[in-house]
Amino acid sequence: MQERLKKKAVELLKSGTVDRVLGWKSGEFFYDLTPAVFETAEEVERNFRFSPFSGANLSKYCIAESRKGGKVAVFLKPCDSFSFQQLCKEHRILRENVYILGVPCDGMCDVEKIRDAGCIGITEVREDGENLLAETLYGTVSLPRKQMLLERCAVCKSKRIVIFDELLGDQGEDIPSDRFREVERLEAMAPEERFTFWRSELSRCIRCNACRNVCPACSCEKCVFDNPQSGVQNKAPADPFEENLFHIIRAFHVAGRCTDCGECSRVCPQKIPLHLLNRKLIRDMNELYGPYQAGADMDSLPPMTAYTLDDAEPSIVYARGGK
Amino acid sequence: MKKMPLSQLSSLFSAISELETLYIPADDSASQAHFTPWTQGMELTRKGNTARSPKDLFFPQVEGLVNFKVSGKSIEILENRPENAPFVVFGVRACDCRSFYILDRVFLTEQKDTFYESRRKAATIVALACTRPAETCFCGSFGIDPTDPKGDVSCWIEEAFLYWRANTEKGQALTDKLPMLVSCDDLAVKAQQARTKEILRRLPIKLDLEGFDREHMLSLFNAPQWDSLSESCLGCGTCTFVCPTCQCYDVQEFNDGEKIRRFRCWDSCMYADFTLMSAGQPRPTQKERFRQRFMHKLCYFPNNNDGLFGCTGCGRCLQKCPIHMNIVKVANALKEVVK
Repeated sequence: MQERLKKKAVELLKSGTVDRVLGWKSGEFFYDLTPAVFETAEEVERNFRFSPFSGANLSKYCIAESRKGGKVAVFLKPCDSFSFQQLCKEHRILRENVYILGVPCDGMCDVEKIRDAGCIGITEVREDGENLLAETLYGTVSLPRKQMLLERCAVCKSKRIVIFDELLGDQGEDIPSDRFREVERLEAMAPEERFTFWRSELSRCIRCNACRNVCPACSCEKCVFDNPQSGVQNKAPADPFEENLFHIIRAFHVAGRCTDCGECSRVCPQKIPLHLLNRKLIRDMNELYGPYQAGADMDSLPPMTAYTLDDAEPSIVYARGGK
Repeated sequence: MKKMPLSQLSSLFSAISELETLYIPADDSASQAHFTPWTQGMELTRKGNTARSPKDLFFPQVEGLVNFKVSGKSIEILENRPENAPFVVFGVRACDCRSFYILDRVFLTEQKDTFYESRRKAATIVALACTRPAETCFCGSFGIDPTDPKGDVSCWIEEAFLYWRANTEKGQALTDKLPMLVSCDDLAVKAQQARTKEILRRLPIKLDLEGFDREHMLSLFNAPQWDSLSESCLGCGTCTFVCPTCQCYDVQEFNDGEKIRRFRCWDSCMYADFTLMSAGQPRPTQKERFRQRFMHKLCYFPNNNDGLFGCTGCGRCLQKCPIHMNIVKVANALKEVVK
């Protein structure tokens, strides 16, 4: 796949179809790929890298890239394409300036999971059928690939690329996913137990804002939390109430627009399962307003925007037993 | 040199914690290591570095400076500075030991930061030698020897024993209170150091920082490489907050109209409101903010501190940056400028 993507990027740049290509750039190791803009075929040849560690969702970068003049090509994996389409729907990306290359995906790996499996000093990872072979400074370790996937990939909801100009491979389909299992486990808890769970998880927050800054749904020009006049701290867990509420407010703000791309949890340096807040809201919306997948199409009205007389009233919380 | 069987580690921790609060690197519920106050049953992590650095214990992310109480037109000033009781930090790695030396240069020169100073005075650092460095480790690039970490005490865990060497008066005072440590030779430690050094030679990152000096400061500052290096930076504060040497802070207040809590909190040069002034933001785009962080560590700080780089090679930013941009990639890309 790496060669196919590289060839396409070179071809598009050489033919002048696009002026720039947004992809992933190789790093010091096999796993530390950085989102990057390539302007020449030589740069692509030298540094372009697509691997099981191309997890970074490039769609949010298209907000700025589509405004820089000329045309930019971008590689989107299935879940990235949901984010991209949602951003188009919100008029955040200038669609006509972007050439989308859809890339099929077998699930992206999480180097943190490889580390948690006890690997130290990882210098190389190769795919070996169902396994990953990690070369470390202390020997070779074989790990089941399935268990090393990013959380969002382990519960992948769709292999379908919902928006593209060209597909590099076969189109996929929506697939059954048990992504709500953890939400169900939390719902089954007694309220006090659930409260304790979230207080404990959110207490690790260091207010680095990585979750917000990476989130394709968080695309405000200026976040309210970045306003020094707001009276709220944006850079310090100065008050447990604020640091907890920051995440809850953010989850509500992206409700109906969050595609469940999982970037928030991927980037959290403190490993807070932030995606569970979003999933809880997605699950509730599905239940209260009917199944809805943000980013799946350009036309449908999102549940938080569409009003019907049958909409749930706030008192629904009593009927649902405090879930 | 002294030693004790590793099987008695918890009785050592117990003995220390009876004297002073003891912090050890222990795994949290997300299986990340953090310096945590020791309680009975808590185990030393098997991981290398902690996710956050021990800087937190001396320069916490948030600390109260002073409180005010307002009633009518009068303001009462309420000092709320805590007394810092002596404490021990066990298991500090060599890179993090260097970070204290760097932070001391910032906080303990005139004017002294008395909040930081009182914690430094209260602390005894028990350093732990590395035996299994990660691929992200490059402390050697800054002349740090992870097999001989510089704390008040240096420790080595080798097979079934903990080896212990007091380096300072503070370290000796602690050692004298721990009767389970018995004198021994240093042969096992020497052998371990030789083995670890063999691994260190095979580490993939060797940073060459020749030319990152005053002479090249302007050409580094104006380097065209900053554009591409910073273009995908998210502008989050992860690198600065996990960094053991990032030392910038902001002074803020919580004001409920009656009580005012003035505190300081870590700031991040990656943030849009960093050093925001009435005239505006001196670093208007992410490129300037990004450049500030790396120029500070690789150029400004050493220029003002006898060539001491503001990085210890701990590798935390390599592991934690959401887009995998880091000081190693920056320094390597800028190599062309200083050639």
